Amino acid sequence: MAPTTNTLDRTNYLNATKGFMSWFWTIDHKRLGLMYLWSVITCFILGGFFAMKIRLSLMPGAVDFATQTAEQMNAYNNAFTVHGAVMIFLVIIPSIPAALGNFVVPMMLGAKDVAFPRLNRFSYHLWLIGALLFVATLIIGNLDTGWTFYPPYSTGHTDPSVITAVLAAFILGFSSIFTGLNFIVTIHKMRPPEMTWFKMPLFLWAIYATAVIQVLATPVIGISLLLILVEKTMQIGIFTPELGGDPVFFQHLFWFYSHPAVYIMVLPGMGIMSELFATFSRKPIFGYRSIAMSSIAIAIFSFIVWGHHMFISGQSQLMSVIFSALTFSVAVPSAIKVFNWISTMYKGSISFTTPMLYGMSIIWLFGIGGLTGLFLATLGTDIVFHDTYFIVAHFHYVMVGSALFGFIGGIHYWWPKMYGKVVDGPLAKLGCLLSFVGFNMTFLPQFVGGSKGMPRRYAAYGSEQGFDDWNYWSTMGAMVLCAGLFIALFALLRSFFVKGTLAPANPWGGVTLEWQSPSPPPEHNFEIAPPVVGDPYDMSLVEYVSEEEGFLPVNPRSDDPCVADVKPEEA
Amino acid sequence: MSAHDNHPEGVAHHFESASQQFDSGKLGIWTFLLTEVLFFSALFVAYTMYRNNYPEVFQFASQYLDTNLGALNTLVLLLSSFTIAWGVRNAMLGETKKLTINLIITLVCAAGFMMIKAEEYGHKFHEGTLWGGHEHSIFKLDANDVDPHMAEHSLAFNNPDGEFTAAVKDLDPEFRQKLGIFFGIYFCLTGLHGIHVLIGMILLSWLLIRNLRGEFGPKNFAAVDFIALYWHLVDLIWIFLFPLLYLIS
Repeated sequence: MAPTTNTLDRTNYLNATKGFMSWFWTIDHKRLGLMYLWSVITCFILGGFFAMKIRLSLMPGAVDFATQTAEQMNAYNNAFTVHGAVMIFLVIIPSIPAALGNFVVPMMLGAKDVAFPRLNRFSYHLWLIGALLFVATLIIGNLDTGWTFYPPYSTGHTDPSVITAVLAAFILGFSSIFTGLNFIVTIHKMRPPEMTWFKMPLFLWAIYATAVIQVLATPVIGISLLLILVEKTMQIGIFTPELGGDPVFFQHLFWFYSHPAVYIMVLPGMGIMSELFATFSRKPIFGYRSIAMSSIAIAIFSFIVWGHHMFISGQSQLMSVIFSALTFSVAVPSAIKVFNWISTMYKGSISFTTPMLYGMSIIWLFGIGGLTGLFLATLGTDIVFHDTYFIVAHFHYVMVGSALFGFIGGIHYWWPKMYGKVVDGPLAKLGCLLSFVGFNMTFLPQFVGGSKGMPRRYAAYGSEQGFDDWNYWSTMGAMVLCAGLFIALFALLRSFFVKGTLAPANPWGGVTLEWQSPSPPPEHNFEIAPPVVGDPYDMSLVEYVSEEEGFLPVNPRSDDPCVADVKPEEA
Repeated sequence: MSAHDNHPEGVAHHFESASQQFDSGKLGIWTFLLTEVLFFSALFVAYTMYRNNYPEVFQFASQYLDTNLGALNTLVLLLSSFTIAWGVRNAMLGETKKLTINLIITLVCAAGFMMIKAEEYGHKFHEGTLWGGHEHSIFKLDANDVDPHMAEHSLAFNNPDGEFTAAVKDLDPEFRQKLGIFFGIYFCLTGLHGIHVLIGMILLSWLLIRNLRGEFGPKNFAAVDFIALYWHLVDLIWIFLFPLLYLIS
């Protein structure tokens, strides 16, 4: 017998109010999270389109090295610039914190909303303005500076679209700052009294560490981009060599943000990993405190390693040596996390659900991405690998392999909570498998090509240079990856058309608080507030109930309507 | 939904108590001020780096800034910080009329600051003591590139009667170019600060309107408190800018 609370016509946050304004002007963190989610997915498709454009133009034979035209080169420069900027500023940075974080953070805290719901709405609207400005940039001009906006490329005689692009990134930065600020205050002030810091789910630790980076680093990129804008429009001189300025100074400012930004991207993914591995191994997470503290350690280390982007940019050798040594230190907290996830699986009762498959993929992808990072932290090898495809492959393994797979895994994990549908069929698993295979097929050849000296940001390579095979396999892999991602998206979309009852409150057996709320949750998140706070990874607190097709608390509260129907007297 | 029936008045639905709401706001505004400090940080780093590399340029450039006007602006902002702090006290005690007066004095100070700043800016545009990329700048690498009109009437460029320690036209080209960088940093720092003063004026006006409607009192003074904190930060940044830019010797 299905509980009465789980029928389709139950009032929840999705159907409580209707109409465009009820979404656009909402302050409900869940609706804002969903709007971020779909906006990010739209931008992901846009960025993916340019990724495919890059790969197709690099297919051997597509553009001839000897006879390539200026238009072809411009189109290529434009494609990789837009791909990079869209994927970083519009997709990965807002993906987990703004989309999933907004949805999940207050629920994990047992709260009704984030601390500043109207600021949250303002963040989303800022994001939207930034995104639209960016799309306008694509329409009006031919942006070709690379996503890094290095002067003097960006400040000289380049296309004026750099102005709108920089302005868009500036606005997006403020959206990111306000989201981070909101989460810091929410996690500090909205925790239930029983939830001490070390009883917080690890996703919250990861989001907290991310928010700290967002708040501390993003203002610096904000002012740096503003200075690029001023430099471009008024020739203020600070970065322009002709006026006595120093372009390397911009690189310092840029990487002071953009290196920590790598952890804005990857830390939340790691937070999702911790949830997935505990839930689907049916075991308490191994090394809770070390995972929590390693998130904080990564946030701290992230601020003192930016110089490793500039080993060949003309900083002093002493600085390069110091930055190289500090960079190695990031490997320690990263490895702690990976070892803890693997230890969590050891002797666990692992269920190979779709989210778990993404989680297990990340172990491999992040492993490869992290270990190749050590080659780039080493001064001697970095001089060789710098600006080759080795580095392209490395950061795609970290950013896509870890951050984006974490995002997709997280979407599958919380999809039942968002829409009341479990997406865990063969199609979703096929999407994950194809993405994993396609991703490796795309980027493993780039490691090989790069280590053979294949430089990045070239529109074409001559056959005699010997990179054709690597480019061929990379482009083929990109097609497989593209297919995999579309299958995953299709599987998610298809769930909207599956009729029947809604998913149970807790389909996966998670112990964190959001699973104590029905799927989808009511407008104010919990029907009975506040929910029961226990150890977030004590799997004995829930047990599988077959009539429910999901998990229920072992000691249900007498006033819980979800449970009352199924197990009236057992407590 | 029984929690809703006895929800405290003036507390948003998602907060349990007034103190939770106030503490959240306080932490929020302090975090925001932290981001503001970092927002200015890049320009302070630019200042430090160039001053460290070209100390003699910065020392020389400082003579073109009007120390008297800078000092006057410092006093104006200090007064405004005092009145807004007093205003917070007024709000806490429910002294609506005194709050109105203090808000008005703060606003007048802010406007006065901007007027003095405008006077200083105008003088610099008149003299051509601008960043090197500006068409009327007298700090061009090649002195012959300076706009002829500017070259004729700019006192700093020609140094009549020895008002300045040297004529810009006779300076070493590299030195002259770095003077342009100093003014680039000067205009960025003071301009960004000026924008913050303008935003502060909008916020203060908003407080004034709300106060005239009688919205503030011992139970509801958070907005006054938080905007006062922002205003103190704007003031504090100027406290750093004044000696760093005007008082180099």
